This record gives sequence, C-alpha cells and structure tokens, in this order.
Amino acid sequence: MNFTRAKSALLAAALAGSISLPMVPAMAQEDTIKVGILHSLSGTMAISETTLKDTMLFLIEQQNAKGGVLGKQLEPVVVDIASDWPLAAELARQLIEVDDVDVVFGCWTSVCRKSVLPVFEELNSLLFYPVQYEGEESQRNVFYTGASPNQQAIPAVDYLAEEEGVERWVLAGTDYVYPQTTNKILEQYLLDKGVAKEDIMINYTPFGHSDWQTIVSDIKAFGSEGKKTAVVSTINGDANVPFYRELGNQGIKAEDIPVVAFSVGEEELSGFDTTPLVGHLAAWNYFMSVDTPENEAFIADWQKFIGSDTRVTNDPMEAHMIGFNLWVKAVEAAGSTEADAVIDSIVGLETPNLTGGVAKMLPNHHITKPVLIGEIQDDGQFFVVWETEDLVPGDAWSDYLPESKMLEADWTAPINCGNYNTETKTCGGAAQ
Amino acid sequence: MLTHLLRLALLTLSLLLPSQIARAQDAAVDIPAQIAAMGEASLKELTQIVVELASTGDNGVVPVLTALADGNLYLDEASGRVVIQNGSTITDPLTGEAVDLGAEADLSRIRVNNGLRRDISAALSGMTLMSDNPATRLAAAQGFLSKPDAANLPLLDEAIAAETDANVRGAMQAARAVTILTSEDASIEDKNAAVPQVVAGAGRNAITILTGALADAPDEVKPTIEAAIAGLEQGRAVWGALQNVWFGVSLGSVLLLAAIGLAITFGVMGVINMAHGEMVMLGAYTTFLVQLVIRQNFPGLLDYSLLIALPVAFLVTGAIGVGIERGIIRWLYGRPLETLLATWGLSLILQQTVRSIFGPTNQMVIAPTWMSGSTDFFGLAITYNRFWIVIFALIVFFMLLLILNRTPLGLQMRAVTQNRRMASAMGIRTPFVDAMTFGLGSGIAGLAGVALTQIDNISPNLGQNYIIDSFMVVVFGGVGNLWGTFVGALTLGVANKFLEPYAGAVLGKILILVLIILFIQRRPRGLFALKGRAIEQ
Amino acid sequence: MLTQALFRALDKKAVWVIGIFLAVAVLVPMANLLIPPGQFGHVPTYLVSLLGKYLSYAILALALDLVWGYCGILSLGHSAFFALGGYAMGMYLMRQIGTRGVYGNPTLPDFMVFLNWKELPWYWLGFDNFWFAMAMVVVVPGLLAFIFGFFAFRSRVTGVYLSIITQAMTFALLLAFFRNDMGFGGNNGLTDFKDILGAPVQAQSTRVILFAATAIALALSVLVCSMIVNSKLGKVMVAVRDAESRTRFIGYRVEYVKLFAFTVSAIMAGIAGALYVPQVGIINPGEFEPGNSIEVVIWTAVGGRGTLIGPIIGAIVVNLGKSWFTSALPEFWLFALGALFIFVTLFLPKGIVGLWKQLFGIRRKKAEEPALPTPAQSVDIERGEDSATFDNPQIRPAE
Repeated sequence: MNFTRAKSALLAAALAGSISLPMVPAMAQEDTIKVGILHSLSGTMAISETTLKDTMLFLIEQQNAKGGVLGKQLEPVVVDIASDWPLAAELARQLIEVDDVDVVFGCWTSVCRKSVLPVFEELNSLLFYPVQYEGEESQRNVFYTGASPNQQAIPAVDYLAEEEGVERWVLAGTDYVYPQTTNKILEQYLLDKGVAKEDIMINYTPFGHSDWQTIVSDIKAFGSEGKKTAVVSTINGDANVPFYRELGNQGIKAEDIPVVAFSVGEEELSGFDTTPLVGHLAAWNYFMSVDTPENEAFIADWQKFIGSDTRVTNDPMEAHMIGFNLWVKAVEAAGSTEADAVIDSIVGLETPNLTGGVAKMLPNHHITKPVLIGEIQDDGQFFVVWETEDLVPGDAWSDYLPESKMLEADWTAPINCGNYNTETKTCGGAAQ
Repeated sequence: MLTHLLRLALLTLSLLLPSQIARAQDAAVDIPAQIAAMGEASLKELTQIVVELASTGDNGVVPVLTALADGNLYLDEASGRVVIQNGSTITDPLTGEAVDLGAEADLSRIRVNNGLRRDISAALSGMTLMSDNPATRLAAAQGFLSKPDAANLPLLDEAIAAETDANVRGAMQAARAVTILTSEDASIEDKNAAVPQVVAGAGRNAITILTGALADAPDEVKPTIEAAIAGLEQGRAVWGALQNVWFGVSLGSVLLLAAIGLAITFGVMGVINMAHGEMVMLGAYTTFLVQLVIRQNFPGLLDYSLLIALPVAFLVTGAIGVGIERGIIRWLYGRPLETLLATWGLSLILQQTVRSIFGPTNQMVIAPTWMSGSTDFFGLAITYNRFWIVIFALIVFFMLLLILNRTPLGLQMRAVTQNRRMASAMGIRTPFVDAMTFGLGSGIAGLAGVALTQIDNISPNLGQNYIIDSFMVVVFGGVGNLWGTFVGALTLGVANKFLEPYAGAVLGKILILVLIILFIQRRPRGLFALKGRAIEQ
Repeated sequence: MLTQALFRALDKKAVWVIGIFLAVAVLVPMANLLIPPGQFGHVPTYLVSLLGKYLSYAILALALDLVWGYCGILSLGHSAFFALGGYAMGMYLMRQIGTRGVYGNPTLPDFMVFLNWKELPWYWLGFDNFWFAMAMVVVVPGLLAFIFGFFAFRSRVTGVYLSIITQAMTFALLLAFFRNDMGFGGNNGLTDFKDILGAPVQAQSTRVILFAATAIALALSVLVCSMIVNSKLGKVMVAVRDAESRTRFIGYRVEYVKLFAFTVSAIMAGIAGALYVPQVGIINPGEFEPGNSIEVVIWTAVGGRGTLIGPIIGAIVVNLGKSWFTSALPEFWLFALGALFIFVTLFLPKGIVGLWKQLFGIRRKKAEEPALPTPAQSVDIERGEDSATFDNPQIRPAE
C-alpha cells in the first residue's frame, strides 16, 4: 500500500466511520454474470434515466426467473453518473475494471456516450445505448438500439409533407449536438425536396429554457404567412412542458400548426395535462398505446414490477429491452460473455420488438425498427396515425450530409470498420 | 403508396364537400348504421363515414360529428354501442336521449387525428351556417374563412341576407370577401373591394389570408393587397414592441417571484441561502399534493385548487424554513459564508428527498380554466397564466412591503437585522424574530412555487433553474433593498426580452450576464445601494 | 544560496507537504509499474488516473484557497479558469487526432466536419503546437482573471457582490461554450483524444507520467503558495482579508494585492484543468457549471481554509467520498454528501485540519483548559475572526 492510499483511507475512515476504499478490486465471482447499469440517478438527466435503470433491473429479474444466462444468474451493478460526464467515464472504467461487468447498459445523452466511448474501446467491453441520437457514429464496442435520424426524423417530415400538406418548416431545438445534426440533415433533406430557404426557420434555445413567449409568438408569426406550417421539435426533455404550455395558451392548435417532437414521449407527458396538446405529434419507434399482445404483457409485467399501475412505458425502455434480449441471445449463441465473441455472434440476430415486428442487429451495430407517428391524446398517450410498412434499418452515416454520404459501417469480416469509405474502398473516413 | 393516394383522394373529396352537402340529400345513407359502424372503424373508414354522414345534410348528424371531433364519442366495448359521453352523462348520438349502459359498460374513446378533425370542421361549417345559435353560425363562418371555396358563395350570400347578428354578419362578409379574393372568376373590381373587407373582418389572420392570396392575384389587384399588407405590418411592428414589453414584464414578474423570498433570507438576513430554490420546489410539490387531494375528494373545487394551495404552500415551506433556521442557520450567524456551505448541503438533501418520495419525473398540476388560454388586448396576445402571475407577483411584493414596514413583526425584523444586540437589549426576542424572518422568506419562496407550477416543470430540479437568476436579481437590485429587487427583476426581464429577438435566446442571456458584471463595476453595491455610514467599514 | 532562500521562505509544514507529494509522484508510478498485478501493493492503472484526477482537483482547491483563505476573495467562478485551462489542453489533444477522426479530415475535428465548418476558426490556430497550447493554458485563464480582477477590484466590488459576479462570469461562459456556433464542440465538448506529445493517451506509461506530472505540479503549487503567503506580500494579503479598509488607509494598494492573488490563482486553476483533461479523457461545458465552483469552495472548507494542506485534503476526501458513494449508494449518496457539508459547517468550522488541531489541543492542554466549546459558544468565540473574511457590513449583523 502506498502512502496516499493509506492516508486517504485514514481520512475517509475518520470522516464517515465505515467507508471502505472504492478501489479495492472486487473478488471475481464466477457464479454470476455481472451487468453494469450506467445511468444518471441524480442531476438534470435523472428525470429521464432513472426509469431506464428500473427497466434494466426489471429485465434482469425476469431473465433470472427464467434461469439466467448460460446457467448463471445475472447480477446488476448500478452506479449513479449524476449527470456529470467525466464521472461517467470514470465509473464506466470502474464498472469494467473493478466490478468486472461483462456488459454495460447505459447513457442517455450524446455527451455521455462520447465520454465513455474511449473507455469501452480501450478495455474492449460492450455498451448498449438505448436513445435516439444524431447518428454519424459507429463503434465496434457500442450497440445503438435507439433510432438514428433516418428512423425518426426523416419519416416524420415525410408524413407532415404528404399527409398534412406542410410547406413551411420551423426546426426548433435545444442547442446541443443531437438537434444541430438532426436539423442539419433535415434542412438538407427539405432543400433537396424543393422547399425554399426562406420557408425554413431554425431556432435554438438553451437547456431547460422556460420562457417561450417570444419564440412561440415568432412561430405564430412565421406560420401566418399563408402556407401550411409545422414545427419539428428537437427540444430536450425539460424544456418541453413550458414550451407546450405556451403553445396551448397562445392558442396554437394542432390543426393550425402541428408540432412533431422527437424527444417527447409518454414519460415526458406524464407530468402534464395534455388537453391543450391533443393532435400534436411525436415520432418514435414504439408507443405505449400500440396494441399487440407482446406490448400488453410487457406493460403488465412492468407495472407489476414497479408497483404502480399508472407508470408508463416509452421508446428508450423498449430499446433497452431489445438490446438486452439481443445480448442474451448473442451470449447464448457464443456460449461466452467475452466481448469479442458477443460482437461476432450478435450481428444478424433477431428478437421480437413490442410493436409486432422483429429487431435485427445489423452489421453497423444499429437495429431495424418500425417508425410510428402518433398524435397526443388527452390522456397522455399517443394514437398511432401512421407507420412505415416495413422495418427501417438504422443508418449510422446520414446520406444527406456531404461528408458522410459515402461512409458505411460494417463490423463483420472482411470490412470490419466503423467508417468505411465506399468511394475509396478504405477504412478511415473521407480522407481528403 | 396506394394508401396515401386513397387517403389524399378522400381528403380532397371531403374538402369539396361543404359546398354540396347543403343541397345534396342522399337518402341512401343509413345514418344509424353508419354511426354504429364508427365504433370499430379504422381512421380511413372513419373519414369515409364522416363524408357519408355529412353528405346527408341532415342536422341530426351534427352532434355526433361534433362529439367525434371533440373526442367525446365513445364505443361501449360491452354492448358495441356508440355513445356520446359528456362529463358523466351518456347520451345516444342520434336521439340525444340519456342512455343507461349498465354496470359492465366499458367505454373506449373513438380516436381521431388532425386530418379528420379538419374534415369534420369543414363539413360542419356547411351544415351549421344556418343554425339557430349565433355562436355556431360564427364558428361556421370562421370555418369558411380558413377554407374559402367559390362554390360556397351562393350559400354565404343567402346566409348574409338572413343574418340578424351584426357580429356574425361581419365574419360572414369577411368569409365572402376572402372567397371572392381567392376565386378565379370574380372581377377585378369585386376583388379590390374585397380587400378592405378582409382587413376589417379577419382580425389577426388578415395578414395570413392576404399574403396567401397575393401570389395568385391578378396584377391589377396586387397593389391593393400589398398596400393593405403594408398597413397591417406597420401596425404589427408597433404592437410587436409593446408585445416585447409585455413579455419582459411577465418574465420579470417570474424573476421577481423567484427572487423575492431570497431578498428576505439573503438580502435582509444575510444568509447565502442556496436552498432557496428548493423552497420554491417544495411549494410546487405542495401545490401538486393539494390538487391531488382536491381532485380525489372535492372535484368541484378543482378550479380553485391553486388558491387553496397558496396558504398551504406558504405554511408548509414557512414551517420548513423555521425548522432550518432553528436547526442549522442559527448556529451560523456572523459567518455568512458558512451558510452557503450548509444550505448547499441542505439543498442536495432536499432534492434527493423529493426525488425519493415522488420519483424523478415531472408531476402534473392542471391549469385551472381561468388560467388557460389567452385574450386579445387590442391585438396584443395576453396569456391568462402570465397575466395572473404578474398580478400575483405584484400582490406578493406589496404585501411583503406592508409586513416589513407597517407591522410590529416587520419593525422587529428590521431592528434585529440592523443591530442585533441593541434590539436584544430593547427586549426583542431575537431568536424568535430570526426564525420568523427566515420562515417568511421561505414561505414566500413557497408561494413562488405555486405560481411556477403554471409555467414550468414540477420536478426535483425545479429550484436549480431559478437559484442563479434569483441571486443575480437580488445583487443587481442591491442587497437588502426590496425595491431594488423589484426594479432589478423587471429591468432584467424587459432587457432580456428586447435582446432575444436580435441575439437569440442563448446569446441574449449571455449578454444580460455580461451587462450585470459591467453594471456592478459602475455601482458596486447594486442598483439601490443603501446609503449612509453603514456602507463603509 | 537559492536553496537557502527557498528554505527560509517555507515553513516546516510546507516542506513536509512538498516532500510527500514528490514522494507520491515517484512511489505511485513505481507501485503501478514494478509490482505485478494481483500482488499486495500494486496500484492498478485506472486507479493511477483516478488519483491523478483528485490531485488536479487538489491544485484547483489550493488555488481557490490562495484567494479565499488568504486574501478573503470568495470566488464562485473558479472552475471557469479550470475549464479554460482544460479547453486549451483539449484543443491541443484534438489537433493531435489528425486523420484518425471518423471523417479522416486532417485539420478539422469531427464535430466541425459534421456541422459543415469549412476551415479551422482563427482561435484554433497554433494549438497543434504543444508549447503554444501550454502557453495558452497559462495565458487564457490568467488574462481573463487579470482583466476581470482589474476592473472589479478597482471599482471596489467586494463581498457577495464579487462572489455573484464571478458566478455570473462562469455562467456566461457555460452558456457560451454550450453554443455549437462557438466552435468548441458544444455540449459534447472535446473528447476521443489519441496522443499527447506522440504518446497514446490511453497507454499505461502515459497515464503514469501524467499522474507524476500532476503530483509534481501540486508540489510546485504548494511551493509557490507557501512562498507567497510567507512573503511580505502574503502578510499584506492576510491584512486585506482581515481588514481591507484599514490596509488601504495604511497606504497599501489593496486592489493590486488582490489582483496579484486572483491572477496567480487563476493560472494555477488553469494548469490544474490542463492536467485534468488528458486523465479523464473529456472536457465539456459542464465544467463551467456554477455548482462546480461551489463544490470547490466546499472542498476547501471541508479541508480547512487558510492553510496549505487543508484544501488538498478536502479535495481528495470529498472526491473520494463522491467516487465511492456514487457506486456504493447510488440512490442515497446525495444524502450522505449533503449531510457531510452540514456536519462540517456546524461542527468543524475550521475543517478537517482544524479538527486535527483541536484533537491535539485537547490531548496537550486537557489539564488546564475546559472542554470543547459547544457549537453555540464556538460561534461566539470565532465570530470576530471569521466574519472578518467577509467584510460586508450589510450582510453581517452589526455588533
């Protein structure tokens, strides 16, 4: 034992009595398989991520009741990243190196994923990331079970243009990378479709923005120029409630200016009286209201597990469920929890999703998903008004951005590359 | 793709319908059968049924269509009947008679989407233009206003001739004018004459309508329309500035509410109260609980739940404040910076407590009807929730002034904070007064929480969003001066709202912060610095 | 002669502290590299980086202590300087990625490529050079502190007013760095670093060297702080803390004394940030958050301000606790942390270092002195000294 550790231990012990050092490596236990859960349970992201932690505990409990995996029980290891991203990297390292977990389910924000990514790469472990994101990434150790932009944003815009006859677009988002990239893709897509530049308004607001008076009245003015207008909202969770409240109060109805949101789900609406919002839209790959036997069973089990018959389910929860089931299948197929074996065996595996289709792990580590457009109802649920006929494969690199349209990701032999350039036939991006 | 085409075709069909339905009497449609089929119909089939029903022109189908659009039409899964549910009364959609479905009734709503709702309102406009109810006729006229169709002109002319209500006639004339303006066969003179009618009758939508009409208008009419638009836009620019002032005042009043409790605990007592935001948050959660109790036990009082929550929130947070003062703060007088550390720790604990009890997700507080919607004040859109918050902030502020300046307790508070030992020597129970002052500040934070339920999330993080702004306001205004807080909050609110349209929301906020920093250089003790020897050491 | 002068400038305790951290800089890497894994005494590599992170926090806390504990300026924006230093280092590391980014663009970092930037903005120029970047680590926070302090101290902004405008500064920087248009990567910040001075950042040897560098930097910071506080200038700083107006009337230019302390402290914070970034692998605007600055104040208070060892102990203990609690008690760690802060404020007004002294004091003087004062009494006893660190009469109940 070196001096610092001894001293720290002394001080810590003096302070809290029973604190033991965090860094004493845990005994490697051979009779369980450890599953790391890396979500924020406090701080700004707790509102969204705590449910995902519970979802993972729920899934693990179910799997254990079925006899676990490879004859071993699963053991969840929960940590709190406290919405602090350097801490996320530190805790990811701790999960893998100290707690010896075989797989990690976690993160919500892009910055969380970006900050833990080098850790997973270096230590060659597995991360399942369950949230819709901006794309432009594919990493060997990460599985993206949420939607990429072509599985959410583009179908939603198509729906508005075709079904609602929208000609004028407000792209409103919180100023961070997911809205920025999504809006960039959408803007290019709309321009390609012949929408004039002046018919697109792009607006960014800070996180947790709560005073929407000016922006809503701007949207109102923008929408009163004689063309059918819609708002495509990539506004982040917390800021949505005040935004919708202001919309409702300023009398913007869904029939006049519909808002289609990519970050508003059942969980966000559960804190809100949705009567003024009826008819506004959201695009996801799953809605709680979807009427399938799988979904009904999932909801019933979930509500029993959490002990409340009013708790809702949402899209990232389904993503975690799919990711978890795919991982279980891959481990059983490989007969091992080794990262390399799982990475090799998981591609091509399929598992039923909750909307009646199958989720297939693609070589680019994204999955196939249906795209659903739902209208908000006054009970906080969504009514599906449109869905894609086929499953949409997730696209890691957008075809609408000039820098990435020639890129493909394929983690199977012989390419084995996250940014394969189909023009130069080389791995390593768009070398210029 | 085929389904898209079908859907589009139906949509077009239904848009054309209002013109024909008044005349076409298609006896072949079996109305009761169609309504019964609505229960199990898919969206596409529903659209078809709406078209069929509307084509009968029978006024008897108006209630069922209205109910469908409003989401009041239900299917009883047990008996397979389609019924209208309004509150707790269940009626038959055709006869309007009360229906008793028995105990095993299992109502599920028949769901509609935006497109269908638009179809229904278009269909209803044609059918209700001759209704006996003026409000219905007005709604119908407005429906025509948003969907002008030349085929409706005879119908409109007929309705205008028969109309007795001046208001409704105005709307109908505007609708007629818009129809003329957008129709292809109207003469140039008629079109030119229609422009002023649109301006007069279409209210705030006039610019939308005129801009829409401009593109297709013949060259002779264009100058008239352009002039009308220019006139309207000039008006709008003036109102735009006023609108900004109003937005600023309402933002300022939110800041004032959030900061005013801090002006007591921090400004008057000198406690750097980092747990202030959590008091606001607790006030909001109290409101949530009060409303929950009311919703379950006294649904009739739901509209007044916020008013009932006010005293409860004040007492709850006030009591917690007294508890904090007695338990923690009183050991720290004279060490103001230590209060920062202790209250920061406290705020972590309070947040986590609420998170453990209520969960991390948002909670719901329903807006009372008198706080929903907006009113048009000479072209200025004023939302009711903001309006009442402004009023409420003013009331709280002046009540507080009154308490501090006109009551014995206020006198004692000022005495203790100005000179603790002297006050004590004069027989004032300083510990009691300290506890009351901190309780008052916390209670007011709780009141702010009640108001904030109407504009923000109710989550454990609620307080964090306001704490920095609150400190900025109090320091900008001058610590220890309530009027400073008042002027500071309004100034920052208005300045923010005037910067936002030019700089954007993010840059606007950065500029405000830089301005505060620069301002403090000019006036190192805030806007309203206390004068006198006390300032110097 | 120089050593002699140095030795005179330092008190015995500071020599000990410096010695300890220099020893740590050697011993921990040895324990990592020489003792094989699994054997007693081996320090795993991840632990080396973790300790390196704590030590860079310790430098930050020490920097804050220099202005707060010794000069009476409570800065609630010190993590801004830390983050600026971190960004300067992060920009260097980003430029080292070269064509290994996902788009393979040799000059533009990935986030600029997908946000359609065509060329590197001017403020990124030069950051491919290590020494230029290191100069910026010192210059940017130092210059900001100098300008900010120059105006603030000249206008005699003191007490809470100063604290709040430093908070406004870091909040404004937070919002600015969040903006993607600024060209610093927005919310995602800078990450996915590859090389530092040609050595891979993830490699064991690099981590060990970074750790040693941090420990040495901490030792140097203690040295610099010790020299400052033991010099004549240091005495004036303490005088400014205890009675600012009196010091001014005696004829000292109080504002220059404060400006000096503030600028030196900001530079130290910047260096701490630069050492922090390669060890945690990411810098994002979250570092600017006002809450972080308040935490630094808390570390310092927990350890004991106005001492050189206190803030170092505080930073290490609190962060150790945080690391441990977040994984051991993920649902309840905030209760524990919050309770710790309240406990320390109420019962250990002089922090852990103060407790040390108290305990020793009891043992030595038990015979002649009465028992420890209760909290209420201790407030009275210490009021004079403590309130003087915060000389705003409006805030303090007048006596």
